[in-house]
Amino acid sequence: MSAKKMTVHLKVWRQKNKNDAGHFEDYTVQDISDDMSFLEMLDRLNVNLQKAGKLEVEFESDCREGICGTCSCVINGQPHGPVTGAATCQLYMRQFKDGDTIVIEPWRAKAFPVIRDLVVDRSGLDRIITVGGYTGAKTGPHADANSILVPKENAEKAMDYAACIGCGACVAACPNGSASLFTSAKISHMSLLPQGHPLRQSRVTRMVNQMDKEGFGHCTNIGECQSACPKEIKIDSIAIMRREFFNAAIRS
Amino acid sequence: MSITLDSRAPSGPIESKWDRYKADMKLVNPANKRKHTVIVVGTGLAGASASASLAEAGYQVKTFCIHDTPRRAHSIAAQGGINAAKNYMNDGDSVYRLFYDTVKGGDYRSREANVYRLAQVSTSIIDQSVAAGVPFAREYSGELANRSFGGTQVSRTFYARGQTGQQLLLGAYQAMMRQVDEKAVELRTRTEMLDLVVINGKARGIITRNLVTGQIERHMADAVVLATGGYGRVFYLSTNAFNSNVSAAWRAHKRGAYFGNPCFTQIHPTCIPVSGEDQSKLTLMSESLRNDGRVWVPKSAADAKKHPNELAEADRDYYLERRYPSFGNLVPRDVASRNAKYVCDEGRGVGSSGLAVYLDFKDAIKRLGDNVIREKYGNLFHMYHEITNEDPYQVPMRMYPAVHYTMGGLWVDYHLQSNIPGLFVLGEANFSDHGANRLGASALMQGLADGYFVIPFTMGNYLAGFKRDEATTESSEFKDAQASAQGRIDHMVALGKKGGKHTTQEIYRSLGKIMWDKVGMERDEAGLKQAISQIQALRQEFESGVKMQVPEDLGRSQALEVAMRVEDLLELGELMAKDALERKESCGGHFRAESQTEDGEAKRDDENFSHVSAWEYKGDVSKSVLHKESLTFEYVKPTQRSYK
Ligand SMILES: Cc1cc2nc3c(=O)[nH]c(=O)nc-3n(C[C@H](O)[C@H](O)[C@H](O)COP(=O)(O)OP(=O)(O)OC[C@H]3O[C@@H](n4cnc5c(N)ncnc54)[C@H](O)[C@@H]3O)c2cc1C
Ligand code: SF4
Ligand code: FES
Repeated sequence: MSAKKMTVHLKVWRQKNKNDAGHFEDYTVQDISDDMSFLEMLDRLNVNLQKAGKLEVEFESDCREGICGTCSCVINGQPHGPVTGAATCQLYMRQFKDGDTIVIEPWRAKAFPVIRDLVVDRSGLDRIITVGGYTGAKTGPHADANSILVPKENAEKAMDYAACIGCGACVAACPNGSASLFTSAKISHMSLLPQGHPLRQSRVTRMVNQMDKEGFGHCTNIGECQSACPKEIKIDSIAIMRREFFNAAIRS
Repeated sequence: MSITLDSRAPSGPIESKWDRYKADMKLVNPANKRKHTVIVVGTGLAGASASASLAEAGYQVKTFCIHDTPRRAHSIAAQGGINAAKNYMNDGDSVYRLFYDTVKGGDYRSREANVYRLAQVSTSIIDQSVAAGVPFAREYSGELANRSFGGTQVSRTFYARGQTGQQLLLGAYQAMMRQVDEKAVELRTRTEMLDLVVINGKARGIITRNLVTGQIERHMADAVVLATGGYGRVFYLSTNAFNSNVSAAWRAHKRGAYFGNPCFTQIHPTCIPVSGEDQSKLTLMSESLRNDGRVWVPKSAADAKKHPNELAEADRDYYLERRYPSFGNLVPRDVASRNAKYVCDEGRGVGSSGLAVYLDFKDAIKRLGDNVIREKYGNLFHMYHEITNEDPYQVPMRMYPAVHYTMGGLWVDYHLQSNIPGLFVLGEANFSDHGANRLGASALMQGLADGYFVIPFTMGNYLAGFKRDEATTESSEFKDAQASAQGRIDHMVALGKKGGKHTTQEIYRSLGKIMWDKVGMERDEAGLKQAISQIQALRQEFESGVKMQVPEDLGRSQALEVAMRVEDLLELGELMAKDALERKESCGGHFRAESQTEDGEAKRDDENFSHVSAWEYKGDVSKSVLHKESLTFEYVKPTQRSYK
């Protein structure tokens, strides 16, 4: 496997802070091999900028293997770029061609103010979890783990939803800036497990209200969230959330 | 002057030490609990579980992390699983066996009392996690599923697909966020601890920097808990997340906390090999793959460049099966890693760099069928395919060892307290339970044991005897620590203004290369001495100026963050080499070429090295002083490990 070398042209969003209007800047990066990751290409850009006495482009990443949810670039108009089921950090330069121009922007959503360049504030998602994204069980000793059986099928489905990495791509992809996919993934995970049942009603009510308070938009069934989601969380979770919300409303 | 350290483990039979501790410990009056503030730094498994538990116990908790949300701590990346002595499989497991395996696996360099407690509370972790909604894998019966993992002969590993760390961390994070909602935890994200504040000999607070605005702040408490993770990133390339660093622990070390066994590093045998100079991190492929994959290289170096599918059975050397007939491909991590290095050193390594061995599923696919393999390892195979552009259903995977975990860390006693009263250290940041080699699926267990089941008690015992003095955040110790933190930032900016030949990133890479070559899988006296002088030279270069621009507002700046962490890693790297040089024996992951058996296995020297090395900082690493905690083994009698 010999690596091919290429040159790419970048249009990168630069913005000093949340009050700055922001603008695109053009850069060219040469000698990129196709087995480098997209973020390694940005690392190279930053080394070049530092060497030229310029400020680096601020972007975020941590695990670089698609599990922590930190990386967050809109690449050529798509949150996390062109590959389905992959986060920005799982994108390799073999997806691009020599001479390509790549447009790189931050998540754009009312509820995600820009901190600097490609870094945004996603703490609204944490505050949604804070008001109900848990079973409510205390820490410490509990009854034996096998004392409540859970059908394998339910455990597997719960895991499908629990796989959400909290990256916020669904919000960035949604024309309304809705956090419904993120929120419903947690609600679905909890509603499928017996342990999640005691707080069922307060959970959905509080989490949905918190979404509104944070300035996330409403879901109008557009479906862009599902296509952008690196963990392929299914939009049927939003239907589960609606059902749970409705049930909670009629019981209260 | 060197002192002998006391573990403060209760006396008496090992089975009842922890119960006796709990029966004898002092309790804080419930009415007084709210009056105690505890700082927790870090929100990985250890920090999040500690924050939630301490808040539920009634203390006022202030929690900090460098990430934008606590849920992104490096623990999220753990794939394989978590051990617990449940014996659900009825295959002969027990608390004693888990204890025994962990002490043996650690090559007799851990503290028996701690390990026993770890095995004891392991079962409660599973009960707690299930109650918290962790979607562990299950059988068709609805009961929890287990698998065997990382060289053990019983099935005691619980898992949630290949995302066990993620699910356990989310469980702990969610429990903590519930306490944020209850206003019992005050959470500060994107906030880095820059220094520890010690007043009248006790840990009383920290100095932090807001990673968005750059603001420096003082935070005071009655006790400080560090759960800031491991320092594998000193090797630059590792399986650790990009932002993992040693700074919090190192700053505490510079304020007097001893650093235990810094040279004990774990190198994981199955990682995707390095592909080029720009590589930023290495991806682990779960150890569970070795349950079905067979490791081999060509018998002859002349075949190393041939396509693997062209090589006949007779031309392949399944070297682990050959050398270790009873454990085969399931030998412990250190043994598997070192053997991969040896075959590559012989010129039999494969791939374009020659630094890789094959992990082959051909036989497993034939035996079990495509579907079974897909169900077991589908996501790992997919991940491998995405990264390398090669399909492991068709061609064997290529693997090479990479730095994965650090067993060393701040020295703590049985209470998980460092030698500075009031400073507690949990999770990978402490040195405690894994000795010289950690077994698979035991770091998650340790992080959660420390946070959910140990610290709530030992913290209570400490606070019950705590007498508050006159100190406030206006005390001179706080002001001095803040001034010194500010001074470091000014210093970094000045280094950038001076400029130099290299960027911080380049210096960081050079450090990693020295560490990997000379303080990595195999170490010897000459190499370690070279490493020390090379690191000192590199540090000098760094301290005389780097190519770095920092934004004028001194707010969010990756360059500034990395530069400060690299400065600490340069010092730590030197201490690791020094510790490795001092420990003339081989044990577990620490392999001194001078000390091996005829079979090339790690040869311990129990007479001279059955101790924990705990280093005290004295103004410069070259002057650090070594203290010892001697280790005695009453239950698991040390033998030469053999996996033949
Ligand atoms: C790829 C991979 C797979 C693994 N798989 C397994 C497995 O299957 N089973 C297993 O048992 N173990 C596994 N491990 C090991 C295990 O994941 C870790 O050892 C463990 O999760 C560490 O947890 P922790 O809570 O100690 O620290 P971490 O999770 O690293 O958390 C550190 C925390 O400290 C914070 N922090 C750091 N510095 C500062 C500072 N200066 N100021 C403020 N906050 C700070 C961070 O923000 C973070 O919240 C794996 C490790 C890796 C790399
Ligand atoms: S639902 Fe998908 S896109 Fe949205 S936060 Fe979760 S992982 Fe990201
Ligand atoms: S950096 Fe962790 S998901 Fe991309």
